[in-house]
Amino acid sequence: MARNKEGLVLLLDVGPTMYSVLPEIKKVCSMLIQKKLIYGKFDEVGVVVFGTQETDNELTKEVGGYEHVVVLRNIKVVDGDLVDAFQELPRGNFDGDYLDAIVVGMDMLIKKYQATNKGKKRLCLITNALCPIKDSCEGTKEDQVNTIAAQMSAHGMKMESVIVRGRLCGGGDQRIMAENDRLLNLFSEKTSARAVYVESPTALLGAVKTRNISPVTIFRGDLELGSKMKIKVWVYKKTSEEKFPTLKKYSDKAPPSDRFATHEVKVDYEYKSVEDPNKVVPPEQRIKGYRYGPQVVPISSAEWDAVKFKPEKSVKLLGFTDASNIMRHYYMKDVNVFIPEPGNARAALAVSALARAMKEMNKVAILRCVWRQGQGSVVVGVLTPNISEKDSTPDSFYFNVLPFAEDVREFQFPSFSSFPASWQPNEQQQEAADNLVKMLDLAPSAKQEALLPDFTPNPVLERFYRHLELKSKHPDAAVPPLDETLKTITEADPDLLSEKKDVIDAFYNSFELKENPRLKKSSKRLLEKKPSGSDEDCQDTTNALAVKPVKVEKIGDSSPVQDFEAMMSRRDSPDWVSKAIQDMKNKIYSLVENSYDGGNHGKALECLLALRKGCILEQEPKQFNDFLHHLFNVSQEKKLRNFCESLIPRGLTLISKSEAIDSEVTDDEARNFLVKKELKFE
Amino acid sequence: MELDPDDIFKDDEDDPDSEFYQQRESSKEFVVYLVDASPKMFSSTCPSEDGKEETHFHIAISCIAQSLKTQIINRSYDEVAICFFNTREKKNLQDLNGAFVFNVAEREYLDRPTARLIKDFDGIEESFTKDIGSQYGIVSGSRENSLYNSLWIAQALLRKGSAKTADKRILLFTNEDDPFGSIKGVAKADMTRTTLQRAKDAQDLGISIELLPLSQSDEEFNVSLFYSDLIGLEGDELAQFMPSAGQKLQDMKDQLRKRMFTKRIVRRITLSIANGLSIELNTYALIRPTLPGAITWLDSVTNRPLKTERSFICADTGALMQEPAKRYQPYKNDSIMLSVEELSEIKRVSTGHLHLLGFKPLSCLKDYHNLRPSTFIFPSDKEVIGSTCIFIALLRSMVNLKRFAVAFYGSSSRPQLVALVAQDEIISAGGQVEPPGMHMIYLPYSDDVRHVEEIHSDTNAGAPRAADDHIKKAAALIKRIDLKDFSVFQFANPGLQRHYAVLQALALDEDDIPEINDETLPDEEGMARPGVVKAVEEFKLSVYGENYDEESDMGNGKASDASKKRKTAAENAAKESASYNWPDLADNGQLKDLTVTELKYYLTAHNLPVTGKKEVLISRILTHLGK
Repeated sequence: MARNKEGLVLLLDVGPTMYSVLPEIKKVCSMLIQKKLIYGKFDEVGVVVFGTQETDNELTKEVGGYEHVVVLRNIKVVDGDLVDAFQELPRGNFDGDYLDAIVVGMDMLIKKYQATNKGKKRLCLITNALCPIKDSCEGTKEDQVNTIAAQMSAHGMKMESVIVRGRLCGGGDQRIMAENDRLLNLFSEKTSARAVYVESPTALLGAVKTRNISPVTIFRGDLELGSKMKIKVWVYKKTSEEKFPTLKKYSDKAPPSDRFATHEVKVDYEYKSVEDPNKVVPPEQRIKGYRYGPQVVPISSAEWDAVKFKPEKSVKLLGFTDASNIMRHYYMKDVNVFIPEPGNARAALAVSALARAMKEMNKVAILRCVWRQGQGSVVVGVLTPNISEKDSTPDSFYFNVLPFAEDVREFQFPSFSSFPASWQPNEQQQEAADNLVKMLDLAPSAKQEALLPDFTPNPVLERFYRHLELKSKHPDAAVPPLDETLKTITEADPDLLSEKKDVIDAFYNSFELKENPRLKKSSKRLLEKKPSGSDEDCQDTTNALAVKPVKVEKIGDSSPVQDFEAMMSRRDSPDWVSKAIQDMKNKIYSLVENSYDGGNHGKALECLLALRKGCILEQEPKQFNDFLHHLFNVSQEKKLRNFCESLIPRGLTLISKSEAIDSEVTDDEARNFLVKKELKFE
Repeated sequence: MELDPDDIFKDDEDDPDSEFYQQRESSKEFVVYLVDASPKMFSSTCPSEDGKEETHFHIAISCIAQSLKTQIINRSYDEVAICFFNTREKKNLQDLNGAFVFNVAEREYLDRPTARLIKDFDGIEESFTKDIGSQYGIVSGSRENSLYNSLWIAQALLRKGSAKTADKRILLFTNEDDPFGSIKGVAKADMTRTTLQRAKDAQDLGISIELLPLSQSDEEFNVSLFYSDLIGLEGDELAQFMPSAGQKLQDMKDQLRKRMFTKRIVRRITLSIANGLSIELNTYALIRPTLPGAITWLDSVTNRPLKTERSFICADTGALMQEPAKRYQPYKNDSIMLSVEELSEIKRVSTGHLHLLGFKPLSCLKDYHNLRPSTFIFPSDKEVIGSTCIFIALLRSMVNLKRFAVAFYGSSSRPQLVALVAQDEIISAGGQVEPPGMHMIYLPYSDDVRHVEEIHSDTNAGAPRAADDHIKKAAALIKRIDLKDFSVFQFANPGLQRHYAVLQALALDEDDIPEINDETLPDEEGMARPGVVKAVEEFKLSVYGENYDEESDMGNGKASDASKKRKTAAENAAKESASYNWPDLADNGQLKDLTVTELKYYLTAHNLPVTGKKEVLISRILTHLGK
């Protein structure tokens, strides 16, 4: 179990120039230990601080020198006390000598492990490297570094240096800084050390690797360039998502007196017939069913294995293509890295030649990969060159998975040019946008790129581990707010915003936003809850120009005549005509009835005219004639005389035989209808 | 804009497997295949791909069969009906002559395709003459009009469902360009008029009629004789119709089995820019890995579906319990309890929307800054008017200045940094290739990135670097093996296509599983071209030197060390193992008296696993000895 345990010594500069970043150092070190408490319980950690007034280390006792270096904690298995130890990190008042600290740290690791634990020994130095290191009596500073680096390599130690610079450390002597940088880089060249520079507290939190994984290859073998040439490569994961820890379920059923209670919850699965819930089927009696149209086809795993797709393990080149043919958004998954087989100089040379040629020509390679024998699928992906900046590191490739034809959903979206003019930005607006994109710059040339993914910590995990620590001390602790330093990840940096205030204000004033007044709060909610309708919703918004002809199904208030005509002309069912006529009658009736001052009469008359016309067209004279009679009688009862009078000038009378053959009314009768009625009124 | 609490907890990744979404597909397609079954369809032939002569009837049938097999996987909720006309027998709801609706049990005339339908339809050619029969339906002297009848039947079938939710189509297969050619005078004019009126009525009801004409080799189908009026072709369309129709027929056969998804907004989110300025966006999943469809567990005895029931049991008391609301994490010899609410509170570091943080040049977006498939963003003016205008302005600036935006996306599942990469619309002859909008690329955090390149650094010698000559040779090779018009999604997933093929074969009881063509294999022929071979050879010579054997030159990597060690260990074990009398020890029950190391000699010597406790090792030895 302890086979993979890591021995780590933290070398922390606590000199006066470091005061401003000490809070961040505390945070990141605590986090590191906390993660170890969960994922690497057997890891051992020691802490060395330097730049202190006191001196306390074994070397000074044994050989003298090494002043202002204090071993805060010897290398021990991680525990809760260590987390607390960082809370009281001493503040030194001397300029620290990081080289002394490195030697002390190395000495601790060597004494503790001797030759064992190769490759699992690590030094982690956090300093601003502003202060000069002492001259040595034996040779130059470079020689010293070379000797130390050789020792590190011999003992299989790794070193990580995080150098705090930029606005975090104020000014410093340029000459000393340059010298220190050179010396620290010498470590990177001579041994497996890595130096990173950070310029913001956020980056500092992200620069220290708090997660310790031993990388595992997913493929070792040949990269085949045709049948004639092969390059030996190893493939690793380059990125892989660090997941939120999966917590166990807690059972509170055990009595509080039971001290040995595990509080674990077992989850049990039972398989029951859908038709008969009392029938339990043992898991091995299950068989997988696959949908084929409305049916489900049962196929056993044995059957599948016999017939499924079984490609041979291999990584084959399909060809090269222009980098511009592969758009960035087609990358499908986390990224792999292809490195030449370690120790194989010719493979490294071949990879280097290809990578550099691809880089020069702006080409990428397309590969077909089957990582393992027996894997049921192939992967097609793109290989892009990764030219190494460090002399000791070989050139390599990044590999990204590309989608298959089945994975791409070809949804159509309207062109921006099809949008109305009011949606198109004008020249002045475009300029404001140009300025914003230019000025709200996260990668200014003078400074380090902000929010570089490689230096950005995960704010959620940081919060989780902090909360866990709090809870271990105060079980009722509330979830702490997000760390201030990490706010620059989730929200725009206030400094940047105030610095570029005029650009932002200009942008703000160039555009106008307003809530759509047509949408009531209630209808908004309704729309959101109805994703099935989203297809049409988005059509409304994105393609406002295309108004689809809507099938009318009833006569509305706004345009009854048009509705009526639309319904009459619908031919998908013969019922529409009679429905239209009936609806229209009701409409006219209600218009007449609800009109006290005659305000609706005009509309009612129009409707009546339309109904008459429609009834002639559809040869339904009786429907109209009966209705007209009825309307008159009602009008008479309700003393709506003026309505009847207004019919005459418009020629609204019964439909006669000459207009519709089925009518029982003669022309004369029709003509006299209104006259007769008029007489009655008098 | 205020936050909607529901929104924060909404599932933001769509689940391609979820049946929920499939069943809610808002737009279905109803198709009636009308197939001319006149004797002419059987007597006319045209050459097929493999040189054989095929009857027009066969072409139409196989085209429909192919199309059905694709459809059942791609859009199994669509409904189809197949109707022959010019038949001897009749079968239809209206009892009209000369038309026969083909169907199988447990299925309405217009319904989802079933395995049974596809299977029976595959065998229709054998039984056709017996069961349905071919006969001209339009002959002079009779007032029968089989074309009219079949259109009427199709229209009646398509009365199902509203035109709003379903796309209704009639696909007409025929090789008779002049159906009323045998009729003379008034009768012809009358029949033409009524048939056209019937077609127009159908079109008025929102049914589109498509013609798939079959030409004979010596005489092209003349659309203008009759059908141009029926399907409403005019002017230029007429000239282009025949070539495009041929293409359509081919497309129907060659369709890829690919599950279709309706365009659906994954989420509606806002992008807050600054000063409280927020615009409204919709997100879409344009690229997601397609998995074989969802599985349903069945009882292998009855083949009836099963449901899974989950129960929680307290490990201490054995009591059945509700799903517990508390979780715990072992930490410092203790269990820290956290409620579900606490956990979601921890994850809520931001609102469920996008916050713009700034812009960077595109060169800052490295190839390894990727974790998941990207999400597409398109603006919307539905609730906030003016959003689209701002979006377009920003998009154009970003494209012109070659910059991308960095934003924080506070989704509930994994809040993280994203890169918004602007994409201009790309249109080719075939239509929209890339829609205009932004692609949201999920960026890793520092602990998601691994520095694996460096673990094998050689600090003594420095890594080998290619010289100009090597690079020149590599460049020559790259030029040789250039995929000119490579498009990202030109390959079908062979694993998935195989899955569908197997499923089809098992569902239809087909004897052999159709071979699928693995398009992802390298082009062996192209690679064997002398120019390519020469370029490879030259590159090889340049970087490997002469007489280089890839297999033997393993380098001094760890792999060879480990394998050497393993080999010596095995040899040693074999030697040691030989000094014991294993069968004797086993018979006398003395194996348990040996040490684990001794037991492992036997196991290693016989190439058996050496893991497990002592009892396990002993039982493994006994099994191997056959005791």
